[in-house]
Amino acid sequence: MSDSPKNEIDDVTGVETTGHEWDGIRELDNPMPKWWLYTFYACIIWSFAYWIVMPAWPYLSTEGWTYTKGVIGYDQREVVARELGAVAEGRADEMQQIATLALEDTAADPTLMEVSLAAGKAAFGDNCAPCHGSGAQGSWGFPNLNDDVWLWGGTLGDIHYTLTHGIRWEADDNTRQNVMMAYGRDGVLTRREIADVAEFVLALSGRADDAEAATRGAEIFGEQCVTCHGADGQGNRELGAPNLTDAVWLYGGERASIIESVSNGRSGVMPAWGGRLDAGTINALTLYVHSLGGGE
Amino acid sequence: MADSATTTVTDLERLAAEAADNVRAANPHGDDGERYTAVNAEKNRSLYASRVKIYPKLVGGTFRRLKWVIMALTLTIYYVTPWLRWDRGAGLPDQAVLLDFPSRRFYFFFLEIWPQEFYYITGLLILASLTLFLVTSLAGRVWCGYTCPQTVWTDLFIHVERFFEGDRSARIRLDRSPWSAGKLARKAAKHLVWILIALATGGAWVFYFADAPTLAVDLARFEAPPIAYISIAIFASTTYLLGGLAREQVCIYMCPWPRIQGAMFDEESLLVSYKEDRGESRGAHKKGASWEGRGDCIDCGQCVAVCPMGIDIRDGMQLECIQCALCIDACDAIMDRVERPRGLIAYDTLRNQERRQAGEPQRLNLLRPRTLVYMAALAIVGLIMLVALINRSTLELSVLHDRNPLFVTLADGSIRNGYELKIVNKEHAERVFRIDVEGLEGAVLSRPALAGEEGSTVVVGVDTLRMARFFVILPAERLDRLRDGEGMLTFVATDLATGQKVERESSFRGPVK
Ligand code: SF4
Ligand code: SF4
Repeated sequence: MSDSPKNEIDDVTGVETTGHEWDGIRELDNPMPKWWLYTFYACIIWSFAYWIVMPAWPYLSTEGWTYTKGVIGYDQREVVARELGAVAEGRADEMQQIATLALEDTAADPTLMEVSLAAGKAAFGDNCAPCHGSGAQGSWGFPNLNDDVWLWGGTLGDIHYTLTHGIRWEADDNTRQNVMMAYGRDGVLTRREIADVAEFVLALSGRADDAEAATRGAEIFGEQCVTCHGADGQGNRELGAPNLTDAVWLYGGERASIIESVSNGRSGVMPAWGGRLDAGTINALTLYVHSLGGGE
Repeated sequence: MADSATTTVTDLERLAAEAADNVRAANPHGDDGERYTAVNAEKNRSLYASRVKIYPKLVGGTFRRLKWVIMALTLTIYYVTPWLRWDRGAGLPDQAVLLDFPSRRFYFFFLEIWPQEFYYITGLLILASLTLFLVTSLAGRVWCGYTCPQTVWTDLFIHVERFFEGDRSARIRLDRSPWSAGKLARKAAKHLVWILIALATGGAWVFYFADAPTLAVDLARFEAPPIAYISIAIFASTTYLLGGLAREQVCIYMCPWPRIQGAMFDEESLLVSYKEDRGESRGAHKKGASWEGRGDCIDCGQCVAVCPMGIDIRDGMQLECIQCALCIDACDAIMDRVERPRGLIAYDTLRNQERRQAGEPQRLNLLRPRTLVYMAALAIVGLIMLVALINRSTLELSVLHDRNPLFVTLADGSIRNGYELKIVNKEHAERVFRIDVEGLEGAVLSRPALAGEEGSTVVVGVDTLRMARFFVILPAERLDRLRDGEGMLTFVATDLATGQKVERESSFRGPVK
């Protein structure tokens, strides 16, 4: 080609032009470097091979949009499933031990504990976070699991029981059960009496405004509430009755919230996870929740 | 060859005959009167024509010897380095140079680089490029000519070729001769040795990434990880391709450095050059003839014959020239024979060319603004690196404050915050630390139940990062210490054995009242 150029030769560079001209601009027809061309050709060949071997082209079939599957049947979903399976398999040994060992023994083994916390955290995110929050910080009506306040107890055993059987979960015969009556709605106490009880409850944490009302409330409290909440309002974990003297309130600790709780009762529900999650996962969850800071 | 005493007329005549022979054999552009053709000289190299093979001739001399030494040195460094041992104590690799990706450590003799210290590598790369700039502005493409792997391996591959196929003329004749058993055997032997060298090159590469003796055994038993074999295959094929087949094409077309380095040298840089003022007018020379009225270049073409890039240095400075200085050796040998002073081709500067022509004395100007700037930059970066290295702490503490939840109210109204402490122990010994909090009055440090460790001590193993969870509780009556629900505190980790301390500030959050 260089011997008989078809096109004009550029004066400055001595290189042939492409022969086209756009507004007086001509393009030099410098050739591609060979190595570059060969790489380019190799890429083209590669892409054809790729179309055949790998999933590549979308097309419309009678069942809707689908794609060419490629001869080796590569599927990223399968790869992920396989990798997840491999992880589970790699942990199978530990999970087996976590499922069978006593919780205290698992906690004493750093490796098992590490696996438990990781598995527990993952299970918490999948199952518990919708109510308790991703950081287990809880919200109105759903307990914060980070603090040291437990309605039904914060030992490993307590947490494990709650997780397994749930709270007011009717499908489970051994579920944790109690009743906070609706004193107002059911007509047990008058509005006035409820206001007095609320005043007494506020007095338990030193927040009463009306000492007289609080004294009247104390009397009613003594008749209606002591059975569960105890004479000094400290609560009772056996019965799941909250401590009314502390700083943590599941349904709010201001006067209006307390009146609302006494009037209409409270009966939060937590599902029983026994049977839904396997023993290893429940144990891992127990250790994870215990580790959040309130474990006893 | 450099021995001028034995020079005879027949020697030169033989050279001339050989040259004429070469022209017939190797000049695809038609005989234009040159006896040796610089196939890659601009006037001969059409961009549209196929590559013309180069047959570099063997030359002896100072620079050839230097190149032998450098080749031996660089190849030895490359092949031997992964096998050097360096004792770092139990539980740590004893390989002097190891790029350990799985455990995220780079080991260079006494230096150990953690991922967060990657700036050391950046620093080393900056030092390397500044050195390259400085050297290039002083003496041109020293890197290209002597130490670039492309040059070293190509040189090695050419020597193998020469071993099996003979020197330049023999190779040209062989390539032009019809296929025969002998030709096939020579070519096959050459390619076989090339492939072996290529495999050894790729093979040595992987040893930098794993314990060399273990990997060597695994490789031999075909038990090494697939990535090792894949790496070897890739490196072997690129070595064979670039060093054996592509050779000068890599330097001329693929490598960006020839384009960049032009910005680094100037008219005071020492570059391999043909002294036109002394050489011209060139022409054949008969022994005993007068040197009056003519240049020293006898147009023997030896400088072209030895050039691995296929150019003619007498055409002036060219992008293709890798400054390997082999043409200096070639010409010096000729000058010895014709009893003229050496150095018709030599390291020379453009300014000196001008100075000689103007009758001024030559001189070297090594310290000029450009080189001074490079030197200063080198010194500064080197100093920074040195200070960073000397002050490299073997102990680091980082504190991550829990965000979800930001704080937790406890039964008694006190506020608890959670922290994830990360303690990095870069020493090759286990260390025990005590953790304290300071700066927030009344704050109490505690750990989660079942943490497995007593109180506030944390044991950090050899050369590891340890994570430990801590809680800080601020009693209800101290909440007035917080401003807008926030206070600052400092975590202090104290090495119980040495008393070494490291501090890290963090915040404490509570309800906004
Ligand atoms: S011209 Fe000389 S220095 Fe340049 S590449 Fe050729 S032989 Fe080497
Ligand atoms: S420069 Fe030297 S080697 Fe090259 S042709 Fe002239 S005399 Fe020969």
